[in-house]
Amino acid sequence: MTATIKAPPNRRRTHGDPKAPPKARSRGDLKVAMIFLAPATLGFVVFYIWPTLRGAYLSFTEYSLLASPNFNGLANYERMVQDSFFWNALVVTVEYVVINIGVQTVLAVGIAMLMYRLTQSITVRAVVLLPYLVANVVVALVWYWMLDFQVGIVNQFLTWVGIDPVAFFGESAYAIPTIAGINVWRHMGYTALLVFAGLQTIPKYVYEAAEVDGSTEWKTFWRITLPLLRPVLVMVLVVTMIGSFQIFDTVAVTTQGGPINASRVIYYYIYERAFTRFDFGYASAMALVLFAILALVSLLQLRLLRAKESDLA
Amino acid sequence: MTISRRSLLKAGLAGLAASTVAGCNNGAASRGDGEVIYWLWDSAQLPMYTECANLFHEQNPQYSVKIEQYGWNDYWSKLVTGFISDTAPDVFTGHSSKYPLFADKGLVLPIDDYVAKDNVDLSIYQKGLADRWIGADGKRYGLPKDWDTEVYFYNSALTDAAGISAEQLNSMTWNPQDGGTFEKIVQRLTVDSKGRRGDQPGFDKDNVKVYGLGYADAGGGDGQTSWSWYAATNGWKYSEGEPWGTKFFYGDPKFTETIGWWRSLITKGYMPTYAQAKSGVDVTTSFGAGKYGMTPNGSWMLGTYAGLKQVKTKLARLPIGPIGKRMSMMNGLADTIWAGTTRREASWAWVKFLGSQTAQDIVAKAGVVFPAVAASMPAAKAAFAKSGWDVTPFLEPVEAGDVFPYPANPNAADVTAVMTPAMDAVMSFEAEPSSLIKANNDVNKILSASD
Repeated sequence: MTATIKAPPNRRRTHGDPKAPPKARSRGDLKVAMIFLAPATLGFVVFYIWPTLRGAYLSFTEYSLLASPNFNGLANYERMVQDSFFWNALVVTVEYVVINIGVQTVLAVGIAMLMYRLTQSITVRAVVLLPYLVANVVVALVWYWMLDFQVGIVNQFLTWVGIDPVAFFGESAYAIPTIAGINVWRHMGYTALLVFAGLQTIPKYVYEAAEVDGSTEWKTFWRITLPLLRPVLVMVLVVTMIGSFQIFDTVAVTTQGGPINASRVIYYYIYERAFTRFDFGYASAMALVLFAILALVSLLQLRLLRAKESDLA
Repeated sequence: MTISRRSLLKAGLAGLAASTVAGCNNGAASRGDGEVIYWLWDSAQLPMYTECANLFHEQNPQYSVKIEQYGWNDYWSKLVTGFISDTAPDVFTGHSSKYPLFADKGLVLPIDDYVAKDNVDLSIYQKGLADRWIGADGKRYGLPKDWDTEVYFYNSALTDAAGISAEQLNSMTWNPQDGGTFEKIVQRLTVDSKGRRGDQPGFDKDNVKVYGLGYADAGGGDGQTSWSWYAATNGWKYSEGEPWGTKFFYGDPKFTETIGWWRSLITKGYMPTYAQAKSGVDVTTSFGAGKYGMTPNGSWMLGTYAGLKQVKTKLARLPIGPIGKRMSMMNGLADTIWAGTTRREASWAWVKFLGSQTAQDIVAKAGVVFPAVAASMPAAKAAFAKSGWDVTPFLEPVEAGDVFPYPANPNAADVTAVMTPAMDAVMSFEAEPSSLIKANNDVNKILSASD
């Protein structure tokens, strides 16, 4: 991505020549390649493959963390089907993802368009990225204070303009939208930069052609920009959506699942089960189900939005 | 939220590097035989315990203590991972809601033999405190170090303005029907946006500026700082066979009528709605901003309330309930030894020292908590008086013996997981108090399943 940000927008892409034979590589590179790959592979095996396999195994056990695991077959999965908290957590998480990703993507495309059309200033890009540089927990805490019902600055402002104060974190109906909003604020700049980089890969000549044909700004956006942006947008959507499903920190420092169960998102529920209720086997089973859901969602997105093909070709 | 695989991997590798550096943290081999690692969570008590450790080392040159402090939330998860990875501290501060599970799993060391061998005098502690650390299996798991009870912290500028005297505040009565004089006072302390009080004509309960009574949350399964004393003085108890309850009574009419009365204060406008209360940073912050006339809280919060500079805070007794007296929950902390320690003798020496009057006098003088040793209490009282607190309301129920224990059991986390949402739902009027009968059945199902 960084390479494309720096590329001048009018650089011609080398398309239309995909069948050129690749240069033959000498086998002598293999050793060097192995050396360079080794550290990453080690990390991947130690921190991804092994924990994943271990988690998969634990999901078929009853494991209280404080005593060794007991194999119990599919009991955890049967429990999950019966567990209304689990289903509630899934619904709450989906609600969060829809609000978070929906609002964030629209705003990010908007900001990216503004940056692209109005300014190429590095300063503006830096400012847009600023919220993303602040730690998640700090962002959550600062907003928690600002949105306090009685002493928060936001509610004091609302009172000042004549609106009744809102219990942002306390009202069941507002808790998830509030948390989603905070994370939109933090991530939209970062997402906008990704989209902005995507915009720069669209060749100038298509816009020139559109202009010559008398297309309006609006039509150009819908007919040229968005379709040509699709591969980048799919990448952005997949990555942000996976991240969004994993919402945890904001909930952990603000509502902690409440009021009642209104913000008990799936990650928080897994965490609670594993580390406060020492129900590690069941937590692992839920984590595995979440893994399956995420894999499915990502696959669907890639398929439906034809991520591999570009309309440029 | 968007964490790329690469950044995760980087973080992982950095973590690996860091952990190899810190790996020797509690490696038993890498430190001297007499060195004990001790954990606590309260940073305010760190200086006193450092002083204790120095004195301990002076008196027992063969032993030394390394103190580590972690915030409450990290503390328990770090402790559990320590148990699993064999890197737990030799001695740590235990809480009555947490140790039953550890005892149940054999992670903490019973100290009966040591107590018998060294003839430790258990009568020096406040009445009933030492027995709190006898687990469900009849074994003793710690020596008490401090204790806490609850009172009302009130904003004296607001009570003066309402014309309520300290005598009235300290002689309140309560019942679940009309709330007694307690409710009258709360009503009088409530002020709407036009300056009308709760007991004046035209009081607008939908636009309240100052609530008479504040609360932090719905109390979950213990209600320690929210409803426990109302329920107790209404003749209710948590469970059969306290403190090791196997059958809970959250569905009992005495309890549900108490909660029904408590939440009626919201309807009347004397207490904020549940959404408003939970939307705040915390109850003390709002109290500090002058939004509440009074808030119930525990003695460990004295330091926090002293830090609220915009309001003048005083203490009032809990009300006398239908059973004719005041009752407070009495909870406390103790020092416990990890079962996996390789330094049992040194750990026991340190625990015994912390449980002695010598150590508790040092703790008492700092005026942060109430020491468990009764004879150290005057020093603590004097220290609190120096910072402007008359702590008598905390002590009275203890001296009178009108206290009840924190509802302990090895499944506390599961009970909380049922009771917290259940109580939240009642307080936010999404369920009736009678719904607690079902919650109580769920709790009892969990307890019977784990037997």
